[in-house]
Amino acid sequence: MASLAPTFGRGAMTNHWVDIKNADLVLIMGGNAAEAHPCGFKWVIEAKKTRSAKLVVVDPRFTRSAAVADFYAPIRVGSDIAFLSGVINYLLTNDKINHEYVQAYTNAGYLINTGYTFNEGMFSGYDEAKRSYDNTTWKYQMDEATGFAKIDYSMQDPQCVLQLMKQHFAPYTPEVVSKVTGTPQKDYEKILEMMGECAKPNKVMTILYALGWTQHSVGSQNIRTMALIQLLLGNIGMAGGGINALRGHANVQGITDMCLIGASLPGYLANPTDKEATLAQFIEAKTPKLLQAGQMNYWSNYSKFFVSHLKSMYGPNATAENQFGYDWMPKIDGAQDVLALFERMHQGKLTGFFCQGFNPLASVPHAAKLGQALAKLKYLVVMDPLTTETSEFWKAHGEYHDVKPEEVQTEVFRLPANLFAEQEGSFTNSGRVIQWRWSGADAPGETKGDAEIMAALFLKLRDMYADGQGANSEPLKKLHWPYRIPNKPSPEELAKEVSGVALADVLDLKDPTKVLAKAGEQLAGFAQLRDDGSTSCGNWIYSGSWSQVGNLMARRDNSDPSGLGQTLNWGFAWPANRRILYNRASCDANGKPWDAKRTVIKWVGDKWTGNDIPDIRPDAPPAEVSPFIMNPEGVARLFAFAGMKEGPLPVHYEPFESPLAENPMFPSNAKAKNNPAARVFPGDQENFGTADAYPFVATTYRLVEHFHFWTKHSWLNAVTQPEQFVEIGEELAKSKGIAHGDKVRVSSKRGKIEAVAVVTKRIPTLQVNGKPTHTVGIPIHWGFKGVTRPGYLTNVLTPYVGDANVQTPEFKAFLVNIEKV
Amino acid sequence: MTAQMTRRQFFKVTAGGVASVGLGALGLSPEQVQAATRPFKLERTTEARNICPYCSVSCGVLMYSIGDKAKNVKAEIIHIEGDPDNPVNRGTLCPKGAGLLDMIHSPNRLKYPEVREAGTSEWKRISWDEAITRIATHMRADRDANFQAKNADGVTVNRWQSAGFLASSAASNEAGYLTNKVLRGLGMTAIDTQARI
Repeated sequence: MASLAPTFGRGAMTNHWVDIKNADLVLIMGGNAAEAHPCGFKWVIEAKKTRSAKLVVVDPRFTRSAAVADFYAPIRVGSDIAFLSGVINYLLTNDKINHEYVQAYTNAGYLINTGYTFNEGMFSGYDEAKRSYDNTTWKYQMDEATGFAKIDYSMQDPQCVLQLMKQHFAPYTPEVVSKVTGTPQKDYEKILEMMGECAKPNKVMTILYALGWTQHSVGSQNIRTMALIQLLLGNIGMAGGGINALRGHANVQGITDMCLIGASLPGYLANPTDKEATLAQFIEAKTPKLLQAGQMNYWSNYSKFFVSHLKSMYGPNATAENQFGYDWMPKIDGAQDVLALFERMHQGKLTGFFCQGFNPLASVPHAAKLGQALAKLKYLVVMDPLTTETSEFWKAHGEYHDVKPEEVQTEVFRLPANLFAEQEGSFTNSGRVIQWRWSGADAPGETKGDAEIMAALFLKLRDMYADGQGANSEPLKKLHWPYRIPNKPSPEELAKEVSGVALADVLDLKDPTKVLAKAGEQLAGFAQLRDDGSTSCGNWIYSGSWSQVGNLMARRDNSDPSGLGQTLNWGFAWPANRRILYNRASCDANGKPWDAKRTVIKWVGDKWTGNDIPDIRPDAPPAEVSPFIMNPEGVARLFAFAGMKEGPLPVHYEPFESPLAENPMFPSNAKAKNNPAARVFPGDQENFGTADAYPFVATTYRLVEHFHFWTKHSWLNAVTQPEQFVEIGEELAKSKGIAHGDKVRVSSKRGKIEAVAVVTKRIPTLQVNGKPTHTVGIPIHWGFKGVTRPGYLTNVLTPYVGDANVQTPEFKAFLVNIEKV
Repeated sequence: MTAQMTRRQFFKVTAGGVASVGLGALGLSPEQVQAATRPFKLERTTEARNICPYCSVSCGVLMYSIGDKAKNVKAEIIHIEGDPDNPVNRGTLCPKGAGLLDMIHSPNRLKYPEVREAGTSEWKRISWDEAITRIATHMRADRDANFQAKNADGVTVNRWQSAGFLASSAASNEAGYLTNKVLRGLGMTAIDTQARI
């Protein structure tokens, strides 16, 4: 997601599940939708059946997605950027781009500072000691007279983005790409041709990816490389196009939107830091300056979203006089991601830790380090419906988890939480559609819901602090708690608070005689938010989901008059019920759809209308206002001058554990072997293995029968996949004397697992940099708790390093050895 | 079944018909009744619409439970199937979702609050009141000891950094929102969720 926001302005799947049926070409890479998202994958089959769409799958394994593909090509894990950079090179050198789109809707013509350079894998501004870049030289050239960025619409200036891209991607020729990725060159060239076809305005490609792209030390840039391809082809904003992140859990999108993330507040607002001492300073720092005349620059409304959020936090206690409670809001200091948290825990700096429906011992890398860290806590609280491994990190489980309970002094609490079937409230699917759910049963025993547990803890603490002693209790005493039953806030009350309410009459800014919402009414959407304290809104992007009309998330009208699968009256999609983000870009500069048969919206002389909520001001003239309204220049960023830690353009770097001695793109620069901006904690570098001791490439993945570490607790799923296994190719099996069904030991620098070997043709041996490279495939679903046969947590093997921007761990590419037991 | 009649209406009509007319009137002898097909279980169920909690396709599901939701009746789900009205899954469920019923009835579900005291090797059942009181006592002691009201430069920061929280991506938006509200309200900043991994 951190790659999409710096490119397009929002970090979310651009299209939605049913829209996949509108594609002409579907690329599945960095994911395996047939097995990980089976019921969404049906829309790929629908596209094949009804539009004769083609499916291309690129994966280290011949997956079930590959089994129904029109074309499959293998790839070495961790080399996706090289593969995709070669596509960009092909599109640019063979003129397979949508010129009008690229010129008008991207920053291809923008001029970049002359100080910008790229040499031997490194951009200008690198600070080796800090492993970070100063991005000053990556900025646009500014026109001092107008105050806006300089553009060469002919895209010929050597400093313009398009020319810089041509130069940057030129080394990725098919020969080089094949050498780096192991993809056979003729397979690769076939895929280049298929993708190049989609530069035609009426040919649309979509891409479906998931953790296969994110779980790398270059995860964000994997996705950005694809985003660049989709922009060059003119496929963003189109029905059947876009860049579609297939997310993990059923509500991972919703919880991301609520920003249960240290650095952000609901709706992707920033959590204030020490640098912003006052509300005014914060708003000044976060509100982007307009970079091009006449653009919407929607984040210019930042203060309205933020003050409305403070009102939802502190209610009547938040006033203009006290900066709407800004001082009560905790300021963050440094990284708060799960790897940083466990590092701090490992250093003994955390006293307490809470796991709500989260099993980090199973799902975070380097389980041995995690176990040591958890044992340093004074108290651990696990709120979960199931007996997770994390809750029993202190307990001996034979060979699968060897620990001495008497040596672990952590006090552990386990609170029973209810499951989906026993809850009411909303979930947001991968395509941003928020749907209401109803409870069907009572939870077993004394189980409580997550909200009820949080309310109980909060109310108990607030009572305790009534004594006026101890640390500053003002922030928690001022917290707005208007719920009818204080220890059981209802989903309806919370949903209305999230969506937003008028606290005073909200007037039309253009015509103050007109009242848009009366005091006490639910707001219709975020356009009605104000920064004077007259509106309260928990999460601005969800604004309007529960309007004065009622709960729009509970709508169940599945009619689809356009036939495109938009179903605008089913649930509610954020933002503003838009189903396809950036849909203004589905039309040319005059507002005419690139493909009339797939009209998303169109300009009808005085307004935008069509089969979706326009992602633009309804009366914005097509020639004046550009489609990417969240970016202050109004266009998408091929060149990301900000927001990406390791550079404005993607570069191939090797995984931190690579089978190669150097980066084949920059063999003479050791500093550019791995992502130069990735964070490595002291002690973790020594825990990386090398190819001499661990000669095989390993990758983790999911099976169609299981979901993460949950379904091992469910009989039916346990019956269908009862026992832990690893997959290896025939050549590797032969060389190691391993037969199908043998027990094998897989070891990395950090630990080992034992499992049954499945010897398969599905994992080919690849020729990488002139040498045969074998891959070991490791499904993740086992552990020492469950109704399956006990197994090892896969994450005893994986390395403790993450993507430079979002710290998603590198689960998909590391090194192991394998032996017959 | 006519197009206007749902499956549940159909059950209601036929079940009511049998009860009011009486078995004898239908010409059934006791032997014939014993030999008759069992009534559909679903006939006695209440239907609720929900969403599969696994992957992000977020398939609509129909859940059928026994128990009329009266005060002292414990409802129990006996069947789950895909929601045919849902525009995304159109009634389908995958091999993961096909096992939802077994997830709900998993023998490994937690039922009561428990504590594992420091250094011991077993769980001990405790009451909710004891659990919440003991946890809140830990939290307060920790917060009082480590809360930072101002940083070294005198900027108001009001943060409590010595406790961390991993939030659930299986929670509803509303529960997630409230979790965030409580955590920031207490001054916590060490917060993360599955979105990252």
